[in-house]
Amino acid sequence: MDWINLILIPAIKSVVLVVVLLTGFAYLTWFERKLIGRFQQRIGPNRAWKFGLGHPIADALKMIFKEEIVPSYTDKVLFVLGPALAIAPALLIFAVIPVGPTLNLFGKEIPLVVADVNIGVLWVLAVAGLGTYGIVLGGWASNNKYSLLGALRTSSQMLSYELPMGILLIAVLLVYGTLNLNQIVTPLTPIPWYLRVWILLAFPFYFITMLAETGRKPFDFPETENELVAGFQTEYGSIKFALYYMTEYLHILGASGLAVTLFFGGWRGPFVDQFPILGLFYFAAKVLAMVFLFIWASASVPRPRYDQLLRFCWTFLFPISLVYMAVTAVLVVVM
Amino acid sequence: MTEAYLPILVMMVVAGGFAAIALGVSALLGPRRPNPAKDTPYESGIVPLGDARRRFPVQFYVIAVLFILFDVEVILMYPWAVAARQLGLFGLIEMAIFVVILLVGFIYAWKNDAFKWQ
Repeated sequence: MDWINLILIPAIKSVVLVVVLLTGFAYLTWFERKLIGRFQQRIGPNRAWKFGLGHPIADALKMIFKEEIVPSYTDKVLFVLGPALAIAPALLIFAVIPVGPTLNLFGKEIPLVVADVNIGVLWVLAVAGLGTYGIVLGGWASNNKYSLLGALRTSSQMLSYELPMGILLIAVLLVYGTLNLNQIVTPLTPIPWYLRVWILLAFPFYFITMLAETGRKPFDFPETENELVAGFQTEYGSIKFALYYMTEYLHILGASGLAVTLFFGGWRGPFVDQFPILGLFYFAAKVLAMVFLFIWASASVPRPRYDQLLRFCWTFLFPISLVYMAVTAVLVVVM
Repeated sequence: MTEAYLPILVMMVVAGGFAAIALGVSALLGPRRPNPAKDTPYESGIVPLGDARRRFPVQFYVIAVLFILFDVEVILMYPWAVAARQLGLFGLIEMAIFVVILLVGFIYAWKNDAFKWQ
């Protein structure tokens, strides 16, 4: 009986989650292309099936059947390991994010989270940070000047923006007083309203660090297609390129999921107590809204210069997030 | 308590399995037509000059070192953030002293143009 609870149910949940994430990724690319098209007053993809809904499937099939090129001048082990090291942690981000309340399925209480651990936020940070290794190792192994520069830029950018992000997260954690994401969605003791409003002030800054951490436009320095061809993935083709592409979008989904959980109440919404299944839809809708923000930013803000990016982080975001955290600490402890 | 982490282990296997299967399937299904042109590094169509692993700006290194300094600081803050209410004023003052000491280093780095790209 025990192995059902310990192994089988988590295994089913993980497989379902991975399948949902991968489908989500595929249609996220469609969503983005369609939206960017609209932003630029084009129609966007519309050839395969209705509204171009067949494009993601066609893309996936094409990627699988492309020739695998592992050039002889690369570090072959790292070259193949790079995409795998990038995709696996990206999938693991969602392991601790609660996507809905506890459901009653087949007479069993099933919480809609793979692992309800008490270090949820730390797990997300750690695993999201591991994604950098995949990119840096891939860029290094490629032995291509563009790839190496892209990898170096990625490492500096992700390291720098992790600081303000971490400090803003500490401010949020000060308010909630726990690292467990389930308890953040449904707090044991109610959070006073002024702290709830105060947290929302951190969101714009947190969103900027999210853009930089996921390497999205306007901070897409890992790729910078008009300076570095395709950045760290210049030498990659076929499924390996697809895996890197997936990683980027999974990071967007993961970052959105975390932001929704921390700032906007996760799966909570009206009537969730009566119909727990609604929680899933609320969560999906909130994540979709967050993803829309990502695409909106990429469609409207031009890319800064690389030194501007780093200076903005260290001399503006970092001090301001420290001040924000200090004020939060005083608010939490003294009031 | 450790049981709570077992699902994470299970999911690690699933995620790693997906990466391995994806790489394997493509390696099996894709065609293989090697030729010398495919085997040169892509440099916008020019014949590549030398190895890619040459010297790169020291600034990347400076940023990484600074990151390690401040990241340790941030990591120390997590346990405090969770327990801040219990620690109360004492914890707040202790943390303030700790942050001020690190801020001195930050300002020193800033004044020495660590964040300026030469």
